[in-house]
Amino acid sequence: MVSKAPDYVALDSQNNAAPPPTVISVQDLVHCYDGRTALNGVSFDVRPAELFGLLGPNGSGKTTMFRILSTLMVAGGGRAVIRGFDAAKEPNQLRRQIGVVFQAQSIDLKLTAAENLWHQGHLYGLRGAALKSRITEMLARVGLSDRAHEKAETFSGGMQRRLELAKGLLHHPAVLLLDEPTTGLDPGARRDLWQYLQILRDEEKVTVIVTTHLMEEAERCDRLAILNEGKLVALGTPGELKREIGGDVILLDARDAESMVERIRARFNVDAKVLGGQVRIEQESGHRFITDVVEAFPGEIESISVSKPALEDVFIHRTGHKFWTEDAERPS
Amino acid sequence: MATPSAAFQANPLPRAGVLLPAFTLWWRELVRFYRQRARVVGVIASPLLFWVVIGSGFGSSFRSGDAAGQQHYLDYFYPGALIMIVLFTSIFTMMSVIEDRKEGFLLSVLVAPVPRAAIVLGKVLGGTTLSAIQGLIFLAFAPLVGVHLNLAGFLLVVLTVFLVSFALTALGFTIAWSMDSTQAFHAIINLFLIPLWLLSGAMFPLAGASAWIRFLIRINPLTYGVEALRDVLYPGNLAEFPLASSLATLVLFSAFMFGLSFIMVSRRTTKPAA
Repeated sequence: MVSKAPDYVALDSQNNAAPPPTVISVQDLVHCYDGRTALNGVSFDVRPAELFGLLGPNGSGKTTMFRILSTLMVAGGGRAVIRGFDAAKEPNQLRRQIGVVFQAQSIDLKLTAAENLWHQGHLYGLRGAALKSRITEMLARVGLSDRAHEKAETFSGGMQRRLELAKGLLHHPAVLLLDEPTTGLDPGARRDLWQYLQILRDEEKVTVIVTTHLMEEAERCDRLAILNEGKLVALGTPGELKREIGGDVILLDARDAESMVERIRARFNVDAKVLGGQVRIEQESGHRFITDVVEAFPGEIESISVSKPALEDVFIHRTGHKFWTEDAERPS
Repeated sequence: MATPSAAFQANPLPRAGVLLPAFTLWWRELVRFYRQRARVVGVIASPLLFWVVIGSGFGSSFRSGDAAGQQHYLDYFYPGALIMIVLFTSIFTMMSVIEDRKEGFLLSVLVAPVPRAAIVLGKVLGGTTLSAIQGLIFLAFAPLVGVHLNLAGFLLVVLTVFLVSFALTALGFTIAWSMDSTQAFHAIINLFLIPLWLLSGAMFPLAGASAWIRFLIRINPLTYGVEALRDVLYPGNLAEFPLASSLATLVLFSAFMFGLSFIMVSRRTTKPAA
């Protein structure tokens, strides 16, 4: 591998003598299709029993990453390794290590819940009494025991998603890959799913890697890789990433945001920016700063707010633009 | 570089082999068929309807023609009709490949540690079973054209129908694999279906045709299915080729189509699989 200066700053270096063991290792992954660069030199490691999030807006490359890790697609360049198996060279060994939950449905609606799992078990070489008891166990864990013998087409969206999860976990994978697993779920079902992922990590030591475009889901991950336009823009725990902002985030509305930015820069010597029509400033002791600003420009500021940095602010800090932009296109 | 450590749980997953995943895919194909009642009705009713129309409606006009020489045309036509039923059903069952891909089901099979040959085998045998069943339903009318099969004859017909179904289902699979819409599949399939059938000796005997048509008929693998059936159903001098060589050709054709499907499925690309 060619070593090159990373275009991001890793915040999670722990200065340990021995590096922590790695379950998933992504090295300098590059992927292009249809003339578009979906991944542009992404590297990160995932540790055992970690709940790892891939956060990014649509078109950031996280679905491409998911497809490469789940062996559905071969990367154009770089390496992806799960538990020692290279996704490009040893797909079948790698497939034995992972359970996969897709964004779209993958269960067969014409089969019953139990039949879906029976079929899935056979694909993984499970059979007989062992498979039967595992199916019973999984159906109980996702709360579908009483619907085991009903066709999946009669299930609600949340129940179908739980069956997807049972399908992905049936063969005791060491690594679980999920692509936007809460798509189309109501808030209650979302919470349940995330709670379950945390239980899996804590009690069964499953390494979970999940893609999401939702900040509140990213907050629940142990560590995050934030992707933007195919590049890794940040890597670390949500707490570390937010601390990097160093202070508070101040947003203010003024009649002429552009001129206000100039004047705030001149007067306070801080880095102010216009973002989405608002003036945005990252500043320590924001509560004191806003009184100064309001007093400095009496009557010109229509509203002002101060808040602790959120993950969205990390994204803005690293990329200079908002998480959702008008030109963010969706590849699939 | 990832190094597995003691912290990881043991992974006691047994080897799946080819047969278990192939069996489960085959089983699913049949269950899905059975649960879509319209398909069941179609498979049973279409040979019946076909025979009623041909047999009683056009029967006399066919018979008066006496087109095939010493044999009545209806008798001549019977093996071709059976092959046609098998042809259509075989190829169209593989539309399920496109549906599986669209419904996302196929993705979960592709990320499973299943030998790619098992995916082809399971899907193709599923389609083969359905079309062979339909072909054998049509075989029930054999006595009406004066054919009474003994056990050996019946088994030979079953073998022929199986081989033809398998090869054609694999052809359907190969075409369906890279398609993303059933409309596109229909368009391409029609390019195959009609020429394959017309040039199989199912409707017109080989003897009277012009040289280039004779050549096309000879290189059409389906010809050997029709020929093999004709050999078994009317043991006599009707068939152009010996039964053994027809069956051998069908085996080769099946193996070739299976190989082609296998290559399609094994291809790993940098393009999204869905």
